Amino acid sequence: MSAVHEPPVRPEYVAPQRAAPAPALVSTGSVDRLSWLNKPAILLALVILWELLARWVDNDLLLPGALQTARAFIDGIASGELIGYVTVSLAILVQGFLLGVAIAFLLTWLAVSNRFGRELIDTLTSMFNPLPAIALLPLALLWFGLGKGSLLMVLVHSVVWPLTLNASAGFRAVPETLRMAGRNYGLGGLRMVLQILVPAALPSILSGLKIGWAFAWRTLIAAELVFGSTSGQGGLGWYIFQNRNELFTDKVFAGLATVILIGLAIERCVFQTLERVTVRRWGMQR
Amino acid sequence: MRAIAPFNLVPPEPLLRAQHVTLEYASERGVVRATDDVSFDVYRGDRFVLLGPSGCGKSTLLKAIGGFIAPRAGSLHLGGTPVTGPGPDRIVVFQEFDQLPPWKTVKQNVLFPMLAGGVARAEAEVRARHWLGKVGLARFADAYPHTLSGGMKARVAIARALAMQPAVLLMDEPFAALDALTRRSMQEELQALWDEIGFTMLFVTHSIEEALVVGNRILLLSPHPGRVRAELNSHQFSLASAGSHEFQAATQRIHALLFGADADAPAVQPQPALVQP
Repeated sequence: MSAVHEPPVRPEYVAPQRAAPAPALVSTGSVDRLSWLNKPAILLALVILWELLARWVDNDLLLPGALQTARAFIDGIASGELIGYVTVSLAILVQGFLLGVAIAFLLTWLAVSNRFGRELIDTLTSMFNPLPAIALLPLALLWFGLGKGSLLMVLVHSVVWPLTLNASAGFRAVPETLRMAGRNYGLGGLRMVLQILVPAALPSILSGLKIGWAFAWRTLIAAELVFGSTSGQGGLGWYIFQNRNELFTDKVFAGLATVILIGLAIERCVFQTLERVTVRRWGMQR
Repeated sequence: MRAIAPFNLVPPEPLLRAQHVTLEYASERGVVRATDDVSFDVYRGDRFVLLGPSGCGKSTLLKAIGGFIAPRAGSLHLGGTPVTGPGPDRIVVFQEFDQLPPWKTVKQNVLFPMLAGGVARAEAEVRARHWLGKVGLARFADAYPHTLSGGMKARVAIARALAMQPAVLLMDEPFAALDALTRRSMQEELQALWDEIGFTMLFVTHSIEEALVVGNRILLLSPHPGRVRAELNSHQFSLASAGSHEFQAATQRIHALLFGADADAPAVQPQPALVQP
């Protein structure tokens, strides 16, 4: 064997013992220092681009600029007109969302409690989840007429299936070890569900709620566009539709901006807060 | 909490008695026999080890004692009463780290089974603080499990189990998912806790060395299906004697018992024992 490939024999040494070091935290604060800049900067750039494009097109009927839209938006808020429409929309949305959540939890309970329920709910969700809620609107109008009933039906449909799908998947994914630990401590029935299964499935339940909320919001606006106001009270979709008819395009844009802003606000204030104090804090979601 | 001296009284009756236990479980290919006619007695203060290669039914046996699986034949008795279901007198420490609910802090995790079992809150708090101190995690009482290392999670699970003061502590390969250095220090700490308190423990492992170090009595199981191969004493060994000649000899003896000496190897059955297809 050739000695060329033998590594050299080196002397050993032992480092002298030193005092225990402080925890290895070199610097505090976020590593990604510029991340807070990104979103507002992107938004600002988009707004400037929009304004430039609008000035270049130079046609208020087709494309009002950012400033003009902002003016229409502020006027709408100041006169209370826009706030009225938003209130009508949000009131019906909250009712439909809560009803949908209640039904979804009932279906989830059915889906995770026995085998037949599981097959049934699996079939139902795979049938109805891909079906756009707005496609049911003609039927809803036939059954419930022009009014709240029809809106509630399409809202419930848009919330129930994604939430059921996510929540039941979450319950099925609860680790077997955790279930056994619960049984080990003598938990059963409702205590098992509330103290082990629901918290363990919370990441999926929250993401189901988030998707359900977004579906409900877009379905409501679309439904309001189709059949507008009932008994003189219109929602945000109706506001958009009516202003388009009257060619107040800046108000159409203000209405669209309101839809986006409310969606963002709920996402940031409600869902991100919920996630921060629960699943993120517990390390169940990053 | 007083330490119970483990040695001064050995009761004539075993604490945990497994008699002719046959266990089966359903798999995709049919019913698999996990253990066949296994009998053993665990006495108070025992560190009883179930040792065998994978497929010997040792974990299934532990789950049956935990009450999660009912035996197909034979009986399991704890302190004279038959085991019928899971209960807080037999707390299990699992191998998996997700045995700790991630939504509870370390202290809440230790409190959880006590409160679920009806222990008064004030007493549960005292016991939780005591046991977290014992496993060296007093400073981490308010940390969430995802911020802990694997060894610390194992310590929380052990503190949680001991705080319940179970009649027997069931440990299902509790250190198998840890790195070798952490495993060794966990074995030391478990030994120190036992020296101090003298709880009764049933410990499942597939490591011959761990069995010799941790246990005072070892039940050797052969696989497919799990049958008793031997029951050996190992009370004379500890981590300190792990390099000794006797220790090496014991290791080789167990290895030969499990896998057969090269010359007179018994016919190995590679197929799982399918009872009904």
